[in-house]
Amino acid sequence: MANISHTNESASSNLMARALREAFYAGLVAIGLFVLFVGLKTDQNILNELVLVQRWGLLAVFVAIAMVGRFLSVAYIRPWLDARKAAKAAAPTVEREAGFVARNFSLLALIALVVYPPVMVALFGFQGSLKWVDNFGIQILIYVMLAWGLNIVVGLAGLLDLGYVAFYAVGAYSYALLSSYFGLSFWLLLPMAGILAALWGTILGFPVLRLKGDYLAIVTLAFGEIIRLVLINWTAVTKGTFGISGIAKASVFGIWSFDVSASNNFAKAFGLPMSSAYYKIFLFYLALALCMLAAFVTIRLRRMPIGRAWEALREDEIACRSLGINTVTTKLTAFATGAMFGGIAGSFFAVRQGFVSPESFVFLESAIILAIVVLGGMGSLVGIAIAATVMIGGTELLREMDFLKQIFGPDFTPELYRMLIFGLAMIVVMVWKPRGFVGSREPTAFLRERKSVSGSFTKEGHG
Amino acid sequence: MALETDTMTKDPILKVEHLSMRFGGLMAINDLSFEAYRGDITALIGPNGAGKTTVFNCVTGFYKPTMGMITMRQKAGKEYLLERMSDYEVNRDAKVARTFQNIRLFSGLTVLENLLVAQHNKLMLASGYTILGLLGFPTYKRAVGQSIEQAKYWLDKANLTDRADDPAGDLPYGAQRRLEIARAMCTGPEFLCLDEPAAGLNPRESLALNELLRSIRKDTGTSILLIEHDMSVVMEISDHVVVLEYGQKISDGNPEHVKHDPKVIAAYLGVEDDEVEEVIEQIAEIAPGDTH
Amino acid sequence: MEYFVQQLVNGLTLGSIYGLIAIGYTMVYGIIGMVNFAHGDIFMLGGFAALIVYLILVGLFGGIPIALALFIMIIVAMLMTGLWNWVIEKMAYRPLRGSFRLAPLITAIGMSIALSNFIQVTQGPRNKPVPPLVSSVYDIFGISVSLKQIIIVVVTAVLLTIFWYIVNHTPLGRAQRATEQDRKMAALLGIDVDKTISITFVMGAALAAVAGTMYLMYYGVIVFTDGFTPGVKAFTAAVLGGIGSLPGAVLGGLMIGLIESLWSAYFTIDYKDVATFSILAIVLIFKPSGILGRPEVEKV
Repeated sequence: MANISHTNESASSNLMARALREAFYAGLVAIGLFVLFVGLKTDQNILNELVLVQRWGLLAVFVAIAMVGRFLSVAYIRPWLDARKAAKAAAPTVEREAGFVARNFSLLALIALVVYPPVMVALFGFQGSLKWVDNFGIQILIYVMLAWGLNIVVGLAGLLDLGYVAFYAVGAYSYALLSSYFGLSFWLLLPMAGILAALWGTILGFPVLRLKGDYLAIVTLAFGEIIRLVLINWTAVTKGTFGISGIAKASVFGIWSFDVSASNNFAKAFGLPMSSAYYKIFLFYLALALCMLAAFVTIRLRRMPIGRAWEALREDEIACRSLGINTVTTKLTAFATGAMFGGIAGSFFAVRQGFVSPESFVFLESAIILAIVVLGGMGSLVGIAIAATVMIGGTELLREMDFLKQIFGPDFTPELYRMLIFGLAMIVVMVWKPRGFVGSREPTAFLRERKSVSGSFTKEGHG
Repeated sequence: MALETDTMTKDPILKVEHLSMRFGGLMAINDLSFEAYRGDITALIGPNGAGKTTVFNCVTGFYKPTMGMITMRQKAGKEYLLERMSDYEVNRDAKVARTFQNIRLFSGLTVLENLLVAQHNKLMLASGYTILGLLGFPTYKRAVGQSIEQAKYWLDKANLTDRADDPAGDLPYGAQRRLEIARAMCTGPEFLCLDEPAAGLNPRESLALNELLRSIRKDTGTSILLIEHDMSVVMEISDHVVVLEYGQKISDGNPEHVKHDPKVIAAYLGVEDDEVEEVIEQIAEIAPGDTH
Repeated sequence: MEYFVQQLVNGLTLGSIYGLIAIGYTMVYGIIGMVNFAHGDIFMLGGFAALIVYLILVGLFGGIPIALALFIMIIVAMLMTGLWNWVIEKMAYRPLRGSFRLAPLITAIGMSIALSNFIQVTQGPRNKPVPPLVSSVYDIFGISVSLKQIIIVVVTAVLLTIFWYIVNHTPLGRAQRATEQDRKMAALLGIDVDKTISITFVMGAALAAVAGTMYLMYYGVIVFTDGFTPGVKAFTAAVLGGIGSLPGAVLGGLMIGLIESLWSAYFTIDYKDVATFSILAIVLIFKPSGILGRPEVEKV
């Protein structure tokens, strides 16, 4: 007994010594990493010359954080994780019956979304609800729609597309240009934008079908950039970087308008006080409806031969061909369907902003959408919706953190850290859950019972 | 003599004529001609590197041969020149299905889904190229029902009914082999090409495989072409054996004929020292008990 | 004719910078099959390190000879980015090695976003101009060649020679090539695979730092978003040359530099990037494995 406690003691003192040593090294590395970038800051003086500002205090803070973090990680967190892993391995977890919330998650989430605008209005008033309905609600829904579209290409068909934002741009500009040049209505242009984007998906998809993996990725990235650069440089039509503004608003199926001057104005028709909140709430429900449509189509498609062929393509392209599946048309339909959702989301984006410019369609957007798909768990609609909410909603929340100014001083602008945190969150989530939030796959047909397929069996595609 | 009368009465389903395949400077197949007959199990054997899998890939459209003609004649009399068709057309139109040496299942799909993917073209048509299916037309629902019945039939044959809802990647090796064959059969082929179906199977699984192949031939009338290393399987189930060495045919006939062909013995004994004992043993094993 | 040669010189200079960055992409891809999306930002980090070192040197010793200053800038920038990439590989990429193919890609994209925003937060979002470091221009047969261009091309050539020697003629290079061929077998033969991969990241980062320093010297300005466009173009160069091939990366870099400068000179500068990307797409459609890449045989 005494012996054991003795060895335990020496082990723990060894651990402490090791943790201290590791913390010391971490401190040295942190000094190396941050001495130039944090310890010094390049600033311009009145003569517009660069001068260095010294910030050794801040450097010390960074180094201290690194040391303490490393110490805690080695001394406490790692042993704790190991112990937990060992405990888990020793006692295999009994499959727990999924709780009420888990079983009905989709339905509950849908109900929550439907009551979301009225609740926000009740809480913050019409004007106050704008921010919550628009910046959070609509924006997240747009990303959900985009990510569900990209999911068909990446998650189901296993084709890595880094230029998805191109179709978003095609949709947005289709609406912006056709409505401002020809005055066509939103309800006509919404499906048209989808069709045009699908057409572009087919056109761009055709030459790249022979390419695999990272080659496909770079060519799709190149196409995305080409479309953006054309939008910037073809000033005669697109007005270049100035963008197109004053895009017509959507109407409620042509019955009520949201233009203040129109005689069939929504608020006037119902004798309500004027507010821009109605339009936003209308757009929120519209976005929700479009998302539901996308989800419905995706769920249906997965049970169609084409959807199964997409997934089979992701698993093994050669086997697909040996079974008589024309992989060229299968890939093209995946590209076109994904692009169509992108186009619809794009035209919705244009109508919501009332303004489009190439600035909105940079590579970063493609990266964010792809990240949402992968973080959510490829192929899983629920996982992707959760990822979009966490990543977009989470970073959007930073804009609201004014109280941080009281802690860090009035110069502190939390928005600056938005993308930094977004990037770090991507890394952390991937390292923590490489297969995303929902790693398992729901089978599309079953004989006796529907068992979800563990992520370790599904492949990620090589196309 | 017996051999010749045999071939006279038989109707060739696949005719390979003057097939050559060159990879850079390597002549993998050199002027190969052989026939496979309708209703037969034809075995393609030969030492490692003899070009068996290359022949397979040419027949199934995965390689374009440098020279030669491969004719597939369906039961209804329609002829297809396989060397001119792309891989998926060989399956879709000419009705030639295949399996792979290194199993290629859709491991993240369930066993049942694997069998449904194999019925893609039929279902695609029934779903009106997705559009009618998306709108929920009853024709599609009926077609799905039939496909599931078809899948059930093959699940039962391959003894996989209990595992129908498990991911294909989760099956043991022998079951994966059987599933790959069942999947190929779900495409409704007239001619089935199996690339080393018994590789890596234990004796019990090997027996089950023989059973499955025999019943495929008996119940569906599908003709089979198989590559095999395991002599006991070849001698046990095949009606007709073609032997390749260095891309050329060295023997062709029924198992009995091939087994005693000095060229075949030389080829097997001459190639690799470590295989010698194995082959002698196998021949000794099979020779007395072969009453097939 | 002179105009054409002039554009060739410009293209060669630009191409050298792309080539230096492209090597980092191609080496990392070769050894662990991962597109290190953050590599462009490592390049930007190198440029910033050089900038800060330059400001320190000018602040401490006003009249330091420019050659010495450049030398110190390059060395410090190489060490600095090497350390960064070493830490990044260890913390973000190593845990994902051998997992799902898209996970490291997404992590690298996240890292790219994090790095550029880290510099934005710590160094500010504005352009950072420096006075011209090297300004002499020579007239050679009617073509004006600036000293900057000569430095860039010469430094690139020297580094590539050293680099080529390391990869082909040292035990380290042998370990790298072995790891590239078969990681498991290399480990069984006693090669420290983790260390080899780490060193590969450090080497790639060091070359990117040199490119960053050259970029700063050539354009005289740097900003936190500067990692993206040169990064994507260098990646394009690596793919164009055949990803995984070192000579391919340099060739691809030079090609992209030349396409860009010739297109801008003879057509329109607005569409120069469109031209670059279109040529990439066209080359890949006809030769899917890039110019010097080994064609991937589809094994059935």
